Amino acid sequence: MTLPMGRAMREVFGETVTALADTDPRVVMLDGDLGTSTRAEIFQRAHPERFLQMGIAEQNMLGVAAGMAASGFMPFISTFVAFAVVRPLDQIRVLIAQPKLNVKIIGSYAGLFVGAAGKTHQIVDDIAIMRAMPNMVTISPADDLETAQAIRWAAAYDGPVYIRLVRDVTQRLFDDAYAFDVAKAVVVRQGTDVTLVSTGAQTPRVVDAAEILAQAGISCHVLHVPTLKPLDVAGIVAAANKTGLVVTVEEHSIIGGLGGAVAETLGEHSPTAMKRIGLQDTFGESASNAELLDRFGLSSNRVAEQVTAFLAQRARR
Amino acid sequence: MTSLPIVSDASDINALREAARRIRVEVVRTINTVRVGHMGGSLSEADILAALYFGAMQIRPDQPDWPERDRFTLSKGHASVGLYATLALRGYFPVEELLTFDQADSRLQGHPDMTRLPGLDMSTGSLGMGISAAVGMALAARLAGSPSRTFTLLGDGECQEGSVWEAAMVAARYRLNRLVAIVDHNKLQQFGWQGTGHDDRLPPEEPGELVSKWSAFGWRVLEIDGHDMTQIADALASATSQADDRPVAIIANTIKGKGLSFAEGQYLWHVKIPTPAEFAQAMAELGEPVDAEAAR
Repeated sequence: MTLPMGRAMREVFGETVTALADTDPRVVMLDGDLGTSTRAEIFQRAHPERFLQMGIAEQNMLGVAAGMAASGFMPFISTFVAFAVVRPLDQIRVLIAQPKLNVKIIGSYAGLFVGAAGKTHQIVDDIAIMRAMPNMVTISPADDLETAQAIRWAAAYDGPVYIRLVRDVTQRLFDDAYAFDVAKAVVVRQGTDVTLVSTGAQTPRVVDAAEILAQAGISCHVLHVPTLKPLDVAGIVAAANKTGLVVTVEEHSIIGGLGGAVAETLGEHSPTAMKRIGLQDTFGESASNAELLDRFGLSSNRVAEQVTAFLAQRARR
Repeated sequence: MTSLPIVSDASDINALREAARRIRVEVVRTINTVRVGHMGGSLSEADILAALYFGAMQIRPDQPDWPERDRFTLSKGHASVGLYATLALRGYFPVEELLTFDQADSRLQGHPDMTRLPGLDMSTGSLGMGISAAVGMALAARLAGSPSRTFTLLGDGECQEGSVWEAAMVAARYRLNRLVAIVDHNKLQQFGWQGTGHDDRLPPEEPGELVSKWSAFGWRVLEIDGHDMTQIADALASATSQADDRPVAIIANTIKGKGLSFAEGQYLWHVKIPTPAEFAQAMAELGEPVDAEAAR
């Protein structure tokens, strides 16, 4: 049994920011010529006067956002993660993060699913970069429901926020009763043999992997970490201590991202044997989504295999 | 410590000249005392800053967050000493505080930090960015229906940054005719390209290149002598007249190190610190009595 599909996060982005703008005149949308892809077009239909096309010029776009924020507006950035984070990184550092300005950087097309566009559009180190940026809240929602809540949280918060969204329809992890708390990681499955820690749209695939492992008699404790910064240190330590073994799984490089964050946390607070599943210091490439997940060890079957191997290796010690 | 009169009539050219002279004095005094700071660019921009803060700009130093104030971003953020001297003399903070520049816990950070010093409309320091923030402020003013105008000051070397031209493209596209970009065209950058010998440094741009570039990007361009206060004041009056729907670029021809004969046009004075003899000569050339200096 696997988790059902939800709605695409980008649709939720377009709808949620549009709804926020209905009641908050500070909300503006700055688009880097990708509004049809990011679904910022939904916003333009409803609020054309507050939709500001910035063209294919992302460095300036982030600077304009800073200037508008300094004048009391709340700019949302619409472009792909590749062009929202890496290309204008110095503008983010100097004009947004250092002065703590109220800009919401909503990167679409996070991770490997970029419509078969390949390595240039697949950013696999954005979590590492943004969580290392002082003053930058960094959120990687699991599904459409959490995306909507994270965006609403960001709008209520006065300061820079980065939220990474997935292009394609992903699995739904939560139900309507879920309440996003920026300070909390969420236990989504209780278990006793090994703790699986994940983030973003990878978490539903990890839950599916836990189901596969359960059939093989392995009981997995699964922790979803939607907020990479600030990190729920107590939640991560508690989840690790539940089983004494940790595997992190992320659609991202194992360097500096969730795996790095968990390793730093546990190394400092509760040293625990762990394994990091994710991109092993390599770039992405062109392939179908299913092929990419398999190739980089992120499909539920491949995660289950690697967890099994890790447990066997630990047992031989 | 004499306090300068606020110039309510921008045509009072002599008062603006005196403000510029005092800015230069405080720039030299500050750098000489704390032994850090960008001298050359702070002196080349002094007349422009005087004309803005003591003349053209609608501001309230006692209410630095006044929503309808005119905005200013120092895109060439390294010339912060010039801006700090201007703000102090204009009444944003005590002139004595200039001597804390770049020291621990100072509000006067090496590059402008809006989170520390009221009166700074944007943090800058990495080149090619202040103009983008200014474009955002001009868009914000239009969206909010505010009369606020936005000014930004760029270096000519800074215009080598690609993001300057991204901003120029977008500003023209949105017809931001309440946005004024002033280029401090002092013909030198930190090191630059070598000319006929090592100490012959070529200008950042070819002659006329800035005028043709800004024009080509759809801006209304005014070219002036950036040390002629009448020309500066007239250009700012024209730039804020909304004569048409274009943003305005003022190419201000200036001299790096202006006002200090030994520093003018010398690329090494980008960040050089004066010797005691140079400091005495500087004060004399700026018309600041040396006796008053010794008495401080």
